[in-house]
Amino acid sequence: MSEKTKTSEECSRRQFFTHISIALGSIAAVMVGIPIVGSILAPIVKKPRPIWRPVGELKSFTVGDIVKVSFIDSSPLPWAGVTAETAAWLHRKGQEEFTCFAVNCAHLGCPVRWVAGAKLFMCPCHGGVYYEDGSVAAGPPPRGLYNYPVRLHNGQVEILTSPIPITTI
Amino acid sequence: MGSLKRAWLWFEDRTGLMGAIGPIIKHPVPANSASWFYVFGSATLFAFMLQVATGVALAFMYVPSAGEAYQSLQYITDQTTFGRIVRGMHNWGASAMILLLGIHMIRVYMTASYKFPREMHWISGVVLWALTVIMAFSGQVVRWDQTAVWSMIVAAEQAGRIPFIGTWVADFLIGGGTIGAATLSRMFAYHVFIVPALLFLFIGFHLYLVIKNGISEFPQAGKPVDPKTYREEYKALVKKKGIPFWPDAAWRDMVFGFIVITTILLIAIIIGPPALGPPPNPSNLDALPVPDWYFIFYFAFLALMPPAMETYLMVFGPLLVGALLFFLPFISNKGERSPLRRPWAVAIVALTIVSISGLWAIGISSPWSPHFDAKPLTVEIIGADSGPIYRGGMDFNEKGCLYCHTISGQGGLRGPDLTYIGDRLSADELTWRIMNGGLNMPGFGGTLTNKELSDLVIFLKSRTKEH
Repeated sequence: MSEKTKTSEECSRRQFFTHISIALGSIAAVMVGIPIVGSILAPIVKKPRPIWRPVGELKSFTVGDIVKVSFIDSSPLPWAGVTAETAAWLHRKGQEEFTCFAVNCAHLGCPVRWVAGAKLFMCPCHGGVYYEDGSVAAGPPPRGLYNYPVRLHNGQVEILTSPIPITTI
Repeated sequence: MGSLKRAWLWFEDRTGLMGAIGPIIKHPVPANSASWFYVFGSATLFAFMLQVATGVALAFMYVPSAGEAYQSLQYITDQTTFGRIVRGMHNWGASAMILLLGIHMIRVYMTASYKFPREMHWISGVVLWALTVIMAFSGQVVRWDQTAVWSMIVAAEQAGRIPFIGTWVADFLIGGGTIGAATLSRMFAYHVFIVPALLFLFIGFHLYLVIKNGISEFPQAGKPVDPKTYREEYKALVKKKGIPFWPDAAWRDMVFGFIVITTILLIAIIIGPPALGPPPNPSNLDALPVPDWYFIFYFAFLALMPPAMETYLMVFGPLLVGALLFFLPFISNKGERSPLRRPWAVAIVALTIVSISGLWAIGISSPWSPHFDAKPLTVEIIGADSGPIYRGGMDFNEKGCLYCHTISGQGGLRGPDLTYIGDRLSADELTWRIMNGGLNMPGFGGTLTNKELSDLVIFLKSRTKEH
């Protein structure tokens, strides 16, 4: 385009086209972006409601023993398969007194094992060890094992499904 | 004129494709860059192309559903025609890509090819490196077995240490509060759509830059980069002594690429894909999650760092490494390029290789983990079949001592070897140590009965050189 035709009117007309094009593109991107990005981010805010899951009759647990109990997490999707299952360590301390530990090591979440002979929880990953009461005995964990709420309900021991405990700072 | 040739001429006339591509692939490159040192970038690209092809083939057979992915992987490995080889190539191709990318990066750093005007080559390369690491990790997760599930939890726990937003990032990664159906679908989307799309984008950008600024000439000591004159010098160099990239320089890339691809294929046929672990059932705690080889060194790092600093190292360590790599060209973008004149660069590379190899070697034996599968001490090792020494030896087996301590070659590596402990500690010292623990040993004061304790001490006292 030659200098002669480049009037100020032309310029503003051209600027208008530039601005309107960019604006239309951006608005369209934001409009469709809200549902797209929102659907991907949703799990951050939408939390499943915790529910009580029965894990066995009271009499099936021996006083003093720590045993693994398996249950289904709070709201498994129909195609979750075996990944819907989760576990916890259940300690029957007295007649009606229970403590329930998360299986996840407080260091980086690996599954701790109860070693009955040693009366210790041991983590296979980085050497975290916990005492019977869940407190740290050795290794890198910054805190003891997490607890899950547990209750007695109609003769059944029930555990409140909870998210995987994430150690934060 | 043959009809085939006529058709070709018609096609070229209407599309101009060869006219556009020809000069690009034949662009002149410095004669001394046509070297065996310069084949690793293209080899990484060939490995990536193989990953795309094998990945697409796997997508024809794989089911990205948390409940069924495991079975579909078994099906791919055991029942499909060539599925085992395709999975094998995808796995070993990933290893090759990581390895070649690492070598390519080291070569570029050693020859300082990131200096003016190729700063953006390096930066786009660092982005590609980060994307490749994400691919390697997510690839390990979509191999949806027991280790995949626990690796995912370990990743979420690390993300959880990020200040303020840790829990959000962790939930974002696993798709909610627990491992489940959402986790696999999300990792599949990263591994198959998002990250590959970014890889294509940045590979395109990376290659465009190589054409735009040219392949770096092999460095010579005493010929520093001066941004004021470099472009002119480079132009003159390729004009005077340049050779066409295709095929004069590229044949080496093709030869090396051929060797790489053939090797991957052979390993895939002979060794095959990695065996699937047990099914991805989070309630099965009989797990020993160890990542694939390229993450073993980091796995070791996570175990060995001092607990007091670990949150900072875990979150800011990778960030710092990433930032250092990213900003490297801005730390120095001119001056000497030859490694002969850059002793610090050589030292940094050597130190990096030594540290990673060291961590890697320790990570393989993971001495910090209790050995749950340690073989119990036998009557022969204990040296008695009744009495306190025998009972103490049995307690050593049953009370978990053996998981962390070795006696006569059997047991774990976490604590000291106790084969000759009787020579080193007195009975009182042994009792004190067992009761109270220390360093990384739990105290057993609340666990053992007096009899068990005295039996154990008598047993341990009998562990002497002359016994």
